[in-house]
Amino acid sequence: MNRFFDIPSDLQHDWLGLIGLHLREALLPVLAGLLLALPLAQLCVRLRWLYPPVLWATTVLYAIPSLAFFVVLIDYTGQTELTVMIPLTIYTLMVLVPAIVDGVRSVPQETLAAATAMGFGPVRRYAQVQLPIAVPAIIAGLRVATVSSISLVSVGMLIGNQGALGNLLHDAQIYNRPELAWNSVLTSAALAVLADVLLVVVRVLLTPWMPTGRSGGRSRGAGVRPDPAVPALEDAAR
Amino acid sequence: MNVLNFVSAFFSDSAHWHGYDGIPTRLWEHVQYSLEALALAAAIGLPVGLVTGHYGRGGNVLSLFATAARALPTFGLLVVTTIVLGFGMLPVMIPLVILAVPPILVTTYEAVRSVDPSPVDAARGMGMREADVLLRVELPVALPLIFGGLRSAAIQIVSTATIAAYVSLGGLGRYIVDGLYQHDYEKVVGGAALVAGLALVTLALFWAAAKAAVSPGVRRST
Repeated sequence: MNRFFDIPSDLQHDWLGLIGLHLREALLPVLAGLLLALPLAQLCVRLRWLYPPVLWATTVLYAIPSLAFFVVLIDYTGQTELTVMIPLTIYTLMVLVPAIVDGVRSVPQETLAAATAMGFGPVRRYAQVQLPIAVPAIIAGLRVATVSSISLVSVGMLIGNQGALGNLLHDAQIYNRPELAWNSVLTSAALAVLADVLLVVVRVLLTPWMPTGRSGGRSRGAGVRPDPAVPALEDAAR
Repeated sequence: MNVLNFVSAFFSDSAHWHGYDGIPTRLWEHVQYSLEALALAAAIGLPVGLVTGHYGRGGNVLSLFATAARALPTFGLLVVTTIVLGFGMLPVMIPLVILAVPPILVTTYEAVRSVDPSPVDAARGMGMREADVLLRVELPVALPLIFGGLRSAAIQIVSTATIAAYVSLGGLGRYIVDGLYQHDYEKVVGGAALVAGLALVTLALFWAAAKAAVSPGVRRST
């Protein structure tokens, strides 16, 4: 264990460098996925018939194993980070699109009517009413997408050291140093948990009207609720 | 076009259809690994999810546990379990089960917990025991969502079982891993197509199973 942080020089990064690389390869796809999912989800909300085929398409794409995806992409994008990030972006859609659609759909009809009555146009209503109310659902989707993205980056090791912390797994085997494999797994897990906690904090900051803490549901007393709209919002959080 | 050519070349080569490294053998191995992992994960996730969902308690502990299980990188875990336990079936099953338990557990819990309380109260009022309330009222109503969780776990297992090949086991991942090292692109693409196809079949099976098992009265739009 005393050589836990002693990273072999063939990886061309120290431990912190690998962490940075790992976060970049994992988080950029989540960001790209969110930017793709927002308009796609909005289309699905507007055109109801579009939602089932989009769900099917994202589920089918999600079913393609990451390794196969990487290897097929090598032909087009080479053994680069991009080859790892494209499949990860596509995988996030399967989680994010339903999360956003459910979130936006869960906005109560009265709330929308009130916004319209206040003179909100469709764009402003979307940005200032629907999106903020959908935030808990969107963040719930982002949490799953981020955590699985961080865990999937390691597979990039198989296509020639594009797996950031996953590259340690290869070195652990060729140099017979199991502690490097432990380092890879534990560091990656810690990053995922940390990202998850940060997203919860972001949700609490973005939705100051919601009761803090993650409880809720049946056990919560009625007196804690500030207004009657909250039960509906708690449903959106699931 | 390029990829499609490779796929058709792979499947039309009769050498890929026979013997030890033939498609039927590898496909059967892959199905075996997947079923075994799914059965183990369901044996853990379903009972725990049903009971905790019934009492509506322990949600925070469950979601903590699910986050921790999701955070463990499946591929890294596979390398570690292989280093610790040596080659074999167990070091592959551990990461696959850890991968599949969270979706089953969390959806089952949420599905049972979010069952409309009025039929549950009615069942209690009729004198049903707790076990009957759970199994004969809550379970049928929660079934569509539970199937969703199982389906998502099954798809993740099928597509991730490819990594078993990296630690010397069989399955469809053999084609991908071997093809990668042999620079045999045709083999890689063929293997990938097979896994994706198997995942699609899994989707269809779950769709059919949900259709058959869910009572028409509780069918939901999802």
